[in-house]
Amino acid sequence: MNAAVESISFFEQLWLNIQPAVQANTLTFWEYLYKEIYLNVIQGNRWLQYLKGLGITLEVSFFAILVGLALGTILAILRLPQVQNINCKGKGFWANLGAVCVKALSKFAGLYINIMRGTPLLLQVLIINFGIFGSIRMDKVIIGVIACGLNSAAYVAEIVRGGIMSVEKGQTEAGRSLGLSSLRTMIYIILPQAAKSALPSMCNEFISLIKETSILSYIALTELTKAGDYIRSRTFSAFTPYIVSGLLYLIVVLTLTWLIGKLERRLRNSDH
Amino acid sequence: MTTDIIISVRGLEKHFDEGKLKALQGIDCDIKRGEVVVVIGPSGSGKSTFLRCLNLLEQPSAGTITVDGADITDPRTNINKHREKMGMVFQHFNLFPHMTILKNMTLAPMKLLKKSKADAEAKAMALLQRVGLADRANAYPSQLSGGQKQRIAIVRALCMEPQVMLFDEPTSALDPEMVGEVLDVMKQLAEDGMTMVVVTHEMGFAREVADRVLFVDEGRIIEEGTPAQIFENPQQPRTQDFLRKVL
Repeated sequence: MNAAVESISFFEQLWLNIQPAVQANTLTFWEYLYKEIYLNVIQGNRWLQYLKGLGITLEVSFFAILVGLALGTILAILRLPQVQNINCKGKGFWANLGAVCVKALSKFAGLYINIMRGTPLLLQVLIINFGIFGSIRMDKVIIGVIACGLNSAAYVAEIVRGGIMSVEKGQTEAGRSLGLSSLRTMIYIILPQAAKSALPSMCNEFISLIKETSILSYIALTELTKAGDYIRSRTFSAFTPYIVSGLLYLIVVLTLTWLIGKLERRLRNSDH
Repeated sequence: MTTDIIISVRGLEKHFDEGKLKALQGIDCDIKRGEVVVVIGPSGSGKSTFLRCLNLLEQPSAGTITVDGADITDPRTNINKHREKMGMVFQHFNLFPHMTILKNMTLAPMKLLKKSKADAEAKAMALLQRVGLADRANAYPSQLSGGQKQRIAIVRALCMEPQVMLFDEPTSALDPEMVGEVLDVMKQLAEDGMTMVVVTHEMGFAREVADRVLFVDEGRIIEEGTPAQIFENPQQPRTQDFLRKVL
């Protein structure tokens, strides 16, 4: 008996203490608050479900951001005027073929950006989940990364393109006049400066993406929003589970904002 | 004595806006190794366009440019290799703001000449010493004055050990008191035997340092000769008119 008494935790003891008031429906505000927290967070270790959901949200967001950055940067470069108007006249067959391919890719990049920005993310998620991967068993996390990454790439492309175009033309000329190829000039001289001016908008895009992963609850991925929703279906509390999920989103976004702000200040210090 | 000629320009034309604006209308010019050529002329005359054509920052519309025996207007020429041999200094310096001075100077030699970091930095430090800026090696461009930036831009180009140096109005964006320090570096470079093509409004520099002065107007070389010929005894009315206004 003694062991059983000891196994009752502080929270459970508190829960038992307010039982009479729960039955009599005479809870004070603080007791009511405790009841909500106990039912939606503590009971049955429900807090673990939020954390699991948070983990999946972070996992999907992180990899989707990577996919978006990589693909978005490539799309941005393809959309630059000097790439769109690439000209290899008289440089031989292979150079000409390359130029034609690059021009076709550039056209495709434009089309891609318009389609991805012009249709709802939810629709894209549904198409990828039920259409493309409908008959293939595929981890929902991977589907989420693909859908959110492909969508984010379109926005990232425009942010990066804006960043690149904000770098003075003289920087390219200086790089090229030293003998650096256009690719090396882009990598060592233009992109680092573009990244700096694009950072605030990029932060915005990352924040949007993190929150938009909540749409993945639609395809039954138990990320943070779905986790809260699932708990609501168990406890019938209409507010508390969503508020807990919301607070966790807020913590993630505020942490990210703080980190990027720090990075921004560091980059600013490097060139006063 | 053709081996003496490092740059040979024939019938060079450059049109903008699909031929509506003819910036260069047929330039012929030979530049000898070790020669200092100063290009003068009113603004909009095409002198900067001429200079920028020499390393293909502008693609010529017609004509040929032969550098060191290679026709650089041939599309099959490796333009990057060619540019390694031609340093360029810009009116607005164009230092890389996100890199220290040392990094500005060592980036291209390390990537293109495959120099080790130590070699590239040793070369850069020696050049910084020469222009009196060795103590600024780890500063960022924004911490320097205009004159210092332009001196760095010159030695950054020299780090690639070019055969020719092109200067595009190197002192036009400077405060007057900083013009002298930049011109001094250029004079020193001329004395060391560097081949130089300089577009400038500094007539004093042209008179003192140039081996040959080209007067360009409306995309053509109107008159050329030694500084004495051009400044003391110009033959063409347009040259006389221009010099009357600027001197």
